Amino acid sequence: MTAELGHFALTLALFVAIVQSSLPLVGAHRGKSQWMAVASPAALLQFGLVAIAFGCLTHLYVTSDFSVLNVAANSHTDKPMIYKISGVWGNHEGSMLLWVLIMALFGCAVAAFGGNLPPTLKARVLAVQALVAVGFYLFILLTSNPFDRLFPPPVNGQDLNPLLQDPGLAFHPPMLYLGYVGFSMAFSFAIAALIEGRVDAAWARWVRPWTLAAWIFLTAGIALGSWWAYYELGWGGWWFWDPVENASFMPWLAGTALLHSATVVEKRDTLKGWTILLAIITFSMSLLGTFLVRSGVLTSVHAFATDPARGVFILVLLIIVIGGSLALYAWRGPSLVSAGLFQPISREGALLFNNLVMATATAVVLLGTLYPLLLDAIGGGKISVGPPFFNAVFIPLMVPMIAAMAVGPLLNWKRGDWRAALQRLWPALLAAAIGGTGAWAIVTDGPFMGIVGMTLAFWLGAGTLVELAERMRLGREPLSRSLSRLKRQPRASWGMTLAHFGLAIGIAGMTGAGAWVKESIQVMKPGDTTMLAGYEFRFDGARAIGGPNYTATAGQFTVSRDGVRIGTLESEKRIYNVSGQPTTEAAIRTTVAGDLYAVIGDRDAATGGFVTRLYFNPLVVWMWIGTLVMIIGGTISLTDRRHRVGAPQTRANPPARAQAAGAD
Amino acid sequence: MKRKHKRLTFVGLGLCLLGVAVALVLTAFEENIVFFHSPTDVAQGKVEIDRRVRLGGLVETGSVEKKPDAVTAFAITDGANTIPVTYKGILPDLFREGQGVVTEGRLVAGVFRAEEVLAKHDETYMPPEVAEALKASGHWKDGGPAVGAKDGAAYGGKPGAAYGGAAYGDKGADAKTGGYGQ
Repeated sequence: MTAELGHFALTLALFVAIVQSSLPLVGAHRGKSQWMAVASPAALLQFGLVAIAFGCLTHLYVTSDFSVLNVAANSHTDKPMIYKISGVWGNHEGSMLLWVLIMALFGCAVAAFGGNLPPTLKARVLAVQALVAVGFYLFILLTSNPFDRLFPPPVNGQDLNPLLQDPGLAFHPPMLYLGYVGFSMAFSFAIAALIEGRVDAAWARWVRPWTLAAWIFLTAGIALGSWWAYYELGWGGWWFWDPVENASFMPWLAGTALLHSATVVEKRDTLKGWTILLAIITFSMSLLGTFLVRSGVLTSVHAFATDPARGVFILVLLIIVIGGSLALYAWRGPSLVSAGLFQPISREGALLFNNLVMATATAVVLLGTLYPLLLDAIGGGKISVGPPFFNAVFIPLMVPMIAAMAVGPLLNWKRGDWRAALQRLWPALLAAAIGGTGAWAIVTDGPFMGIVGMTLAFWLGAGTLVELAERMRLGREPLSRSLSRLKRQPRASWGMTLAHFGLAIGIAGMTGAGAWVKESIQVMKPGDTTMLAGYEFRFDGARAIGGPNYTATAGQFTVSRDGVRIGTLESEKRIYNVSGQPTTEAAIRTTVAGDLYAVIGDRDAATGGFVTRLYFNPLVVWMWIGTLVMIIGGTISLTDRRHRVGAPQTRANPPARAQAAGAD
Repeated sequence: MKRKHKRLTFVGLGLCLLGVAVALVLTAFEENIVFFHSPTDVAQGKVEIDRRVRLGGLVETGSVEKKPDAVTAFAITDGANTIPVTYKGILPDLFREGQGVVTEGRLVAGVFRAEEVLAKHDETYMPPEVAEALKASGHWKDGGPAVGAKDGAAYGGKPGAAYGGAAYGDKGADAKTGGYGQ
């Protein structure tokens, strides 16, 4: 019954979404407030129905109801409870259900907390949101129904892909989807604004927090995925420029640009058309990512058993959404007149520079990701575009942007003075010199990019601090005054400072882990030692151990440096009982200077030893810390007062304000 | 500066960036694109020596051999031709005899020195490149049960068919017979 109930709720949600996407749109056009008023209750109802459907599927997983195909194909009674739950979205059908659940959740949030939005804008935003949702409901119901029954039901399930049975990956997809789908809000606002023909500061004030929230989730999702790849795959790397990684990175790049240009719209009432276009592009990248991952055109862990009908369906959806919105943009976009003027050297100019670089970087990643597919489609042969290509193109593009990132916040709005800004940045220049020379002196045999990376990391980190000191007028006023200025900084400024500083930390980590990694592969018998980056790895031996749904060979290493024992590492090679699929669990010991990383491989029959792969990954932990600081910065910015107070023109309206205050 | 000039400044800057990006992309493409080849391509001498390429096919049954110094030797076949491969390091978890595999490396003196063996994350998955190479060599159907199942399940049928039919049985068979890595 549960499966039928879930299916029924999902079908009802489709019809609610159809109503929500049509009536309010017509109502807003003809000025019929009753028709527009349908949008909010419909959004709430739609969310309620999808939540029921999602709850039903979760219930089926938790109770291991193998008469449902989806459960039988992806679950097993022996699986730990957390993976029974994460198994709900660890497969194609369930993950699409999660997608519409999050989409409905965001629509529901606009309906509930959007009391201070102009009524026509609110109706149109909800209608556009529902219109996109209709496409996804149809997709699920027609090609990917998670509630399909299986007859006769098997005794037990096929189990979730063991690689996905991991705490890091349990939360990676929901985070990523919150990000992807979060950008649908920016998209809906952009389309609604195009229909309205009006973009103003109040609009930007509404779009920014949604974009920011989506950005935070996407950042966290990408970082979780990267972290998972780092410790689970056992390849020692954390970013492979895999098409699927690119699929999540492109919306991130475009979304970061959108975040910055929305600031310009809000503060300076200019760059409107560009911001709308970015909102469309960002969500298009999210959809494209979904298409690439779900259609099976790519070879990856995310490509579940595929069905060509699905790829075609998403492709058509993609063409309708992207083509339709770009056509609307071409038609209505020119009517958006920007008011604020600015000189090329100004805060706006710097933000626009960021936008241009980010857009170019998005385009380059898009090209590298799609080129093999296009070439294959026209019969040009099978090729692959890997890390060397992306590193050769992406890094040179980022260098000038990061260099400019320290200068931009020091420029005034409208008209800036770059000479004065550079003069104030002398401590950053000094720090950059120290960072670069230090890197050169410590890692004498490293590649040139390592020195560049460290120079940039120190430049950006110190530059961000200089900007903070400028804002509190440190040294130019008594310290107590400076501190009280620091306290009065709006949270949005703190967000910027932390996010930029976090990126600086992250760049240092990426430089270390990318440029200075040390690796060694060999056969080791118990008692054998290997020297790597000044550390001595001793292989103590391997033993058999058991887990809830797997058995494993665990190899233990003792690591010491200069005769001082540092600790032990235990790497596992697991075989999962149901699928017989092996996975590798890397052993990692994190230190401030770098990670000691060991992987045990196959037994070498001839010598009785094991193939082992040892790494010293310098500064990896700084990458995770930097990301965390960026996420914290974004979250602090999200709680800024101005996002809670709401649009200025409705301030005279007491009920609206009460509702907005209730939102936090 | 007039409004028009300012806009031109940014259009100019945008074009410069685009130009730089195009230049970077073209040089990087020149040097870093990796072509995929089948064993038949290698046998026919279509593969440049000393260039990084991908070689894909099925791991020939009975060919996997452990050598000293953590090196594994095996052979990749598309049914028509077979190329010897060596790889130093830990093979991916799903590397097995009879399964589809994609390797990346260089051809040196008739032996393909793989620097990377691409991990497939799902054992019911056949890399599309390999499937096509097998089709081209005319060994698609008789490439073993794993390939046959893929034809019905992953490429054509619904997941229901995959579950109830060939792929399910195939999965069970793999778990038992997949000798390597267990």
